[in-house]
Amino acid sequence: MIILKCRGRHYKDVNHEVEMRWERGERDILLDEVNGHRYIGRALSGEGLIDVRGVPGDDLGMFADGVTVHIRGNAQDGVGNTMNAGTIIVEGDVRDIAGHSMRGGKILVQGNAGYRLGIHMKSFQDDYPVIIVGGNTGDFLGEYMAGGMIIVLNLQENGGASPVGNFTASGMHGGKIFIRGKVSQEQAGRGIGLSEPNEEESLEISSYLEEYQQKLDIHLPPLDLRSFTKLFPLTTRPYGCLYAY
Amino acid sequence: MRDPFRIPSGCAVSGILNLDGTHVSGEKIIRSIEVMHERSNGLGGGFAAYGIYPEYAELYAFHVLYDDPLTAKDVEAILKRSCTIEHSEEIPCKETENIQNWPVFKRYFLRYRGRSDCEDDEVVRMVMEVNSGIHGAYIVSSGKNMGVFKGVGYPEDIGKLFQLEEYQGYCWIAHGRFPTNSAGWWGGAHPFGLLSWSVVHNGEISSYGINRRYLQNFGYVCNLQTDTEVITYLVDLLVRKHNIRIPYLGAVFASPFWEQIEKMEEPKKEFFTSLRTIYGGALLNGPFSIIVGFPGGMFGMVDRIKLRPMLAAWKDSTFFLSSEECAIREIAPSLDRLVALRAGEVISERVGERNSHGQKLTVSGV
Repeated sequence: MIILKCRGRHYKDVNHEVEMRWERGERDILLDEVNGHRYIGRALSGEGLIDVRGVPGDDLGMFADGVTVHIRGNAQDGVGNTMNAGTIIVEGDVRDIAGHSMRGGKILVQGNAGYRLGIHMKSFQDDYPVIIVGGNTGDFLGEYMAGGMIIVLNLQENGGASPVGNFTASGMHGGKIFIRGKVSQEQAGRGIGLSEPNEEESLEISSYLEEYQQKLDIHLPPLDLRSFTKLFPLTTRPYGCLYAY
Repeated sequence: MRDPFRIPSGCAVSGILNLDGTHVSGEKIIRSIEVMHERSNGLGGGFAAYGIYPEYAELYAFHVLYDDPLTAKDVEAILKRSCTIEHSEEIPCKETENIQNWPVFKRYFLRYRGRSDCEDDEVVRMVMEVNSGIHGAYIVSSGKNMGVFKGVGYPEDIGKLFQLEEYQGYCWIAHGRFPTNSAGWWGGAHPFGLLSWSVVHNGEISSYGINRRYLQNFGYVCNLQTDTEVITYLVDLLVRKHNIRIPYLGAVFASPFWEQIEKMEEPKKEFFTSLRTIYGGALLNGPFSIIVGFPGGMFGMVDRIKLRPMLAAWKDSTFFLSSEECAIREIAPSLDRLVALRAGEVISERVGERNSHGQKLTVSGV
């Protein structure tokens, strides 16, 4: 394992050194004393681990392409921006626009997520992005979502309050969102259907939750998957007639 | 395009308030804002500091930026009409590696001679008269026992230029600028100040024209070429003149949507309907996160749909607001509490409210 102290170093310098080492096959790197360094793990292809101590800066794991990035605390805005493949594991919270335009890979968050989680995430052929959040999320969850899957586990339950905010799935036209806990039609955007997961989807969720527990090294309480609410687009073009008089 | 590299943008804001009134130098706030260097582009940086002039605490401290030092005589003539200049001096600046040129900054400590019940109004009138009437002179702050230090450069360089490590304040607010829709010039840097208010802002106010016209009805003239100016004057109008309590500013500046108000129950519904109806001209549209400093406190607020980031944190008796968590962790690695502001939410703290620290959240809404 290689340990790089990041304090006092510019993010370009740190990321450049990580890329050089990654190319040489040094695929187990611990970034110590990180504080606000942007784009950690940027575009790294192939398997390997970047272990982060401290608070990483915005756009963590941007364009990630196979790397596993493990954060021991909170991450900032734009986690996994346009990532292709790999896994981002966050033991704390993520802030706004996590999973922005994500095209593949997984973001596993133990804590809460901010606003616009999974905005415009999409899937194509074998690429299927998945985001799992242990706590709750802000407004605009899955805004303009075009593919992939988001699971919100609401583990703290917060006295029965809804774990998601207003304008959930606004403009969503592909993919699926599964929410444990209260969510009403009023919280969802136009053209969004609410139902419960079917047999096949339950199996799919179970397998992702298995991976979630293993990667975060936690044990989830028994969860009744049939009590989850599934949000899905009723049409692939919810605003297709917006400008057609 | 000469430069093929993308410049990551977004202004940076940060604030520190010691709830027990302890005074600290500007060194911490400079370190905090410097961590978010990437959010600025060198076209503006600035600080507001509270509690820095205890020897003149009861006097108005005017910080004046002179693009044209020959206008000083005209400015002083206006000040002397209703005030006595008890003391004045050039604000000390020290050349730094990155800032070799700067305009003249002077500070005046003024004793108002007129009736005490209208002195704040008279100060506002003087600021408007100078800023709109004298070309080349701008009053950048006009409060008591506080001051604004700002200019063109990265905030950490501006902090060094003004030698902020030499000042002791209980509250510090900082801004790193990335100008998008308006020019980067010394008077256009943040914070914006009027009386003892100071405002730093990340975002852009697309309702600027409406807000500016609304403010004209009350004698405020916007002439600093930047949207943030309207926020400063609106805060003064609403809080000082109209006695709206700070937690409710969220219901005016970042009001809920009509469809959300429609679903509220009485009397909340009537309250929000009234505020939106009366203060339609004060609604701030567009993305923003702001920190506002005032005597004894500071508050943070985010726009209606949270298009800009802001976090609040508490550690022992210190309250922090910032665009990014890293800027808080830089000066307080472990925290008692950390929350991300929600859309339209106001989080406010004041010196002396010890019982509240880390627990009480002042949230807009009833």
